[in-house]
Amino acid sequence: MVNVLYFASLRETFGQAQEQVPAQFRTVGDLIHSLAERGEQWRAHLVESNAIQVAVNHDIANRETPLKAGDEVAFFPPVTGG
Amino acid sequence: MADAQNPFVRVQTEDFDLSTEVNWLRNEHADVGAVVAFVGTVRDINEGDDVQQLELEHYPGMTEKALENIRQQAHQRWALESSLIIHRIGKMQPKDQIVLVAVASRHRENAFEAAHFIMDYLKTNAPFWKKEWTPDGERWVDARLSDEQAMQRWLNKA
Repeated sequence: MVNVLYFASLRETFGQAQEQVPAQFRTVGDLIHSLAERGEQWRAHLVESNAIQVAVNHDIANRETPLKAGDEVAFFPPVTGG
Repeated sequence: MADAQNPFVRVQTEDFDLSTEVNWLRNEHADVGAVVAFVGTVRDINEGDDVQQLELEHYPGMTEKALENIRQQAHQRWALESSLIIHRIGKMQPKDQIVLVAVASRHRENAFEAAHFIMDYLKTNAPFWKKEWTPDGERWVDARLSDEQAMQRWLNKA
């Protein structure tokens, strides 16, 4: 399985902070493609937004980043701390 | 909430005391001639609206790692004796302290620049998100282009 986390506005938009998905995705892009099939909200925020950021195992990643079982993938909007 | 493994990077709900932290930072560094500390505080206004309350969210584990990475970059670029980043999370009100970046060096120029660098990188590279409460309701704070530009400036100063 792959652990998927959503932060800040994405967590509220998707109505969940965390979920487990099967480790059947070769890359982050494949995972995004699958999540986008859930509906317009998912597509709009994960595919059509240029601002979305993704991290794999606490490191900033991109759509080409490979995935394997046990990975933690996080999606979040641009950061605004400080 | 603080990472017991790294006292130089702390993410915590509790407030901090500038004087206590600076004394701690320069302790055992008799060669320090300069300490530069930046304290970020909650404003009661943003984009023309009254801000009554702020909430800071972070990504446990990744946030601490990102902050330590920024700190290490600063130590590679400037001759520093020590540095410290404290970032608060949770709910805060106007005038509350949000963030402390403190840098100790032999000379002031290194300390000024490194503190500025750490703060600019923190604003764009460390996973923290701000939500604010205004008379019209709650909203997530959008990332600002000016913060991104402030970070980019350092890329051209090799």
